[in-house]
This record gives sequence, C-alpha cells and structure tokens, in this order.
Amino acid sequence: MNPELVGRVFAPTPAYLVGREKVREFSAAVFATSPLNTDVEAARAAGYADVVAPPTFAVVVQEHTLKQLLSEPDAGIDFSRVVHGDQRFTFTRPIVAGDELTATLNVASIKSLGGHSMVTAESTIVDATGAHVVTATSTLVVRGDE
Amino acid sequence: MTAGITIAADELTAGDVVAGGHFPLSRDSLVRYAGASGDFNAIHYRDDVAASVGLPGVLAHGMLTMGLAVQPVVDWIGDPGRVLDYQVRFTRPVLVDPVEGAELVVSAKVGKVDAEAGTVRIDLTVTFNGDTVLGKAQAVVSLAPTASVV
Repeated sequence: MNPELVGRVFAPTPAYLVGREKVREFSAAVFATSPLNTDVEAARAAGYADVVAPPTFAVVVQEHTLKQLLSEPDAGIDFSRVVHGDQRFTFTRPIVAGDELTATLNVASIKSLGGHSMVTAESTIVDATGAHVVTATSTLVVRGDE
Repeated sequence: MTAGITIAADELTAGDVVAGGHFPLSRDSLVRYAGASGDFNAIHYRDDVAASVGLPGVLAHGMLTMGLAVQPVVDWIGDPGRVLDYQVRFTRPVLVDPVEGAELVVSAKVGKVDAEAGTVRIDLTVTFNGDTVLGKAQAVVSLAPTASVV
C-alpha cells in the first residue's frame, strides 16, 4: 500500500444522529444488559440525557471513515486482503441517544512486517458543538502476496 | 445523579477476578449484529462466501466479540458510561457452527489500580473452545460514578 498516506486527514463525515432505538438494537446485539442502555428513566436518573450506548457503539460512526480510507484511489488497499488487527476506543464521555456525531480520520502510521502492511487509522469523533466524545483507533493488516 | 457502585481502590488487588460470563453465539447472533452495526460482510453469515476466501467457516465479527466481552465489566460497575478506554487485539477467529453455534467465555480480572486517577484497568480473557481469541484486551474504568455532564 501507499506509504505516503501517513498523516493524511480525510474530510469529516456527515453528521450521524444517534437514535434511541438504534442504541437499544445495538445493545441487544452485543448482549448488553445494563438498564442504562435501554431505559430512558434509568439513564436520566444516572445523570445522562438519554440512553447510553455500549462502549463499542462508536464503531458504527467510525465505519464511515474506514470506508473513506479503503476507497481512497491512491491508497492501494485491496479490501479482500484486509484483516482487522487491533481496535481501541478512548472516551471523553459516553455516546448517548440524541448525539449528532461527526468523525474525522487521520492515518497515524503505516508499517511493513513480513510482507504485510499495517495501517493505523485514528477516527476522532466529536459532537454537534465540536467537543470531543471518543477516538476510535483501528489497525488494519493488509496481507501481502502469498 | 449516580450510577453504579463506588469501588475503593484498596479493595482491589491485581489478579482478582471481578466479573465474567458465558455468551452462546448462534448464526442468528451474527445476523443480529450485522444489522445493528451495519457490517454486512458476508463472511459473517454465508458459508459459501467464507469458503470462497479460504476460511474454514462463517466467523463471528471481531467487533461482536469485543462488544460482548466488556459487558460483564459494565454490569460489575453498573454504568456503561464509566468505561473510559477499551482496547483489544484480534488474535484468533471464532467459527460459528450453523447448528452448534459457538460459546465465548469471558473472565475479567484486575490489571492495575490507579488510585490517584480513580481508575482501574481490567484485563479480559476471552476463550472459545479453550483458546484465547483476544490479546491485550483491556478496559480502563472509573472507580466511582463520574459527574455526568452529558
């Protein structure tokens, strides 16, 4: 893949409005049982504006930035050879229903290891006021020719 | 305005198991996660597509494994908003048999307590058929309910 991608910053994604039912649907899919994920009254009693998304929900917003990276014309990434290596979420605050989130990806590093390439992409997710919510970092392994 | 339990830093010792769980996955679980997450890569629900790219069978989404593995920790502290940092490495695929499914077993133990920051790092072990499927699976959580401004 193209090593000159390091440092590239992509355009912010269109605002993603976090829906209450989407949070409930995602919570069920990851076997979440906390009432704060599904019960508005419980979430409000805990000090949140609305139901709280599970920690990994941020991937739904991050996904839009990874599509930008994989379809970048000069990236040279063959999607069929991509394997998810590492994943990390670093929060300033949790995502709650009603948030309008925008994500901006930058390519933090590209390394070569035994014929494979490893690209680390950081997606910074902010709310409608521009305040930081969570940074989602993925390392993708692009397998070389075998 | 509080959520979950308050944990005293001196109550925790590295290595203590604080939570765990068993998660039976079926093909239905994978379809449900595909719809909820928007990840419709067909290797997660079609045997023919999985075989065509050289896989031994349909695999669970790595992000599904990551998503469920932290849930015992969330239940322990009582608030999903108290997970401050969460990372994993995907080290081994989880094959989900169409009939038998697959069972993931999660164990969460104390890694390191940071009394000054008011946080604890919880180290997760996730196994499938006795083999670990995640490496360096760590969640940093706050010991006390955070003053919420959300």
